[in-house]
Amino acid sequence: MSQNKVYSSADEALKGVADNMTILVGGFGLCGIPENLILALKNTGAKKLTCISNNAGVDDFGLGYLLQTKQIKKMVSSYVGENSIFEKQFLDKELDVEFNPQGTLAERIRAGGAGIPGFYTPTGVGTQVAEGKEIRNFDGRDYVLETGLHGEFALVKAWKGDKFGNLIFRKTARNFNPMMATAGKITVAEVEELVEVGELNPDEIHTPGIYVQRIIQGPSYEKRIEQKTFLEG
Amino acid sequence: MAEKLNRNDIAKRISQEISDGQVVNLGIGIPTLVANYIPDEVNIMLQSENGLLGIGPFPLEENMDADLINAGKQTISEAPGSSYFSSAESFAMIRGGHVDLTVLGAMQVDESGSIANWMIPGKMIKGMGGAMDLVAGAKRVVVAMQHTDRKGNPKLLKKCNLPLTGVNCIHKIVTDMAVVDITDQGFVLKETAPGFSVEDVVKATEAHLIIDPEVRPMDL
Repeated sequence: MSQNKVYSSADEALKGVADNMTILVGGFGLCGIPENLILALKNTGAKKLTCISNNAGVDDFGLGYLLQTKQIKKMVSSYVGENSIFEKQFLDKELDVEFNPQGTLAERIRAGGAGIPGFYTPTGVGTQVAEGKEIRNFDGRDYVLETGLHGEFALVKAWKGDKFGNLIFRKTARNFNPMMATAGKITVAEVEELVEVGELNPDEIHTPGIYVQRIIQGPSYEKRIEQKTFLEG
Repeated sequence: MAEKLNRNDIAKRISQEISDGQVVNLGIGIPTLVANYIPDEVNIMLQSENGLLGIGPFPLEENMDADLINAGKQTISEAPGSSYFSSAESFAMIRGGHVDLTVLGAMQVDESGSIANWMIPGKMIKGMGGAMDLVAGAKRVVVAMQHTDRKGNPKLLKKCNLPLTGVNCIHKIVTDMAVVDITDQGFVLKETAPGFSVEDVVKATEAHLIIDPEVRPMDL
């Protein structure tokens, strides 16, 4: 492998992040978030960021860290209910939010990474989401035109990865990570276990390494759970 | 006046809408409770829009896994035959009409089958999550809701006045007072909750209710 994608730390891997950039951040709730890269993003000190992420973390974990430091100027999300700092900044109009239906958000990112500038979806027709957007009728049903999304950086989390950037996700921690990996000009992946090229079964790879420019093995994982629900044994 | 149904009874009634072999997506709140009332002989696959087809029961405490949650961010387990996938794939299933039934909550529903359940102007907006995709894409949409708000104001309206989640997309409403179908003609009252008369339900409903000639008490 001529090109070395492996970085020594999360901070190193985010070289080049600057003010006003658009950053995609993987995860659903706190599940499958790139927790080390989010801390490193905070450490860059970059401000006025637009973050595309399904959720905005909680007050003291995930993207909540960057809300504390007011580094985010705009969120593109589908649901942000779990975060009181977010709520305060939103109501004080310090934070701009663009709400997207979750499936539309996922597809916009998929399209952005796949070279598709726009697509028609039935989701949101007749609601605020479709206001000001082109509506087109196909076979008797109305659809709204939505555009592809991408960013200067995409930060994703996988379970295993190899030095070429091939990624394998685990259970529902996959969520938005595979699409986001395709939609970053520079995609940075963090993995729990980084292995040599050739050690992963090619049939089991979810994200081919072509989409990943930089990769680190996370030094530690808290993997916080938002709602611990269990049966009494 | 009689006691209105509690959340569990609403969920129990909705469980009767589910048939063997279906793929079902249950929303947060009362809809989640529906899973508790599905009879053992009815085999279904529960879809979780964060990327799992085949939700199992809550795990034992020692088996909780941060990488395995439902759309309400609760720890869960996987059912036999389950599969994991990305959010894009998940909503391809939903938008593409592959999910047989979705159950979700609502603030308002109107007689054209439109639903409002995601924002109240002037209040903190949490976002619509997957609700807009689910109402636009599932083959059948059932709403679980209270018949009136806390002040007794109707929530089954001629026309929703809150921002919409979807238009002309709801098939059935199960409330704490009644079961109402939505047809091309509007709301049709099918069942009343125990202790409530047809007149009680009509009084608590703003929209016109067509009374099904075979209207009957809910069977719980």
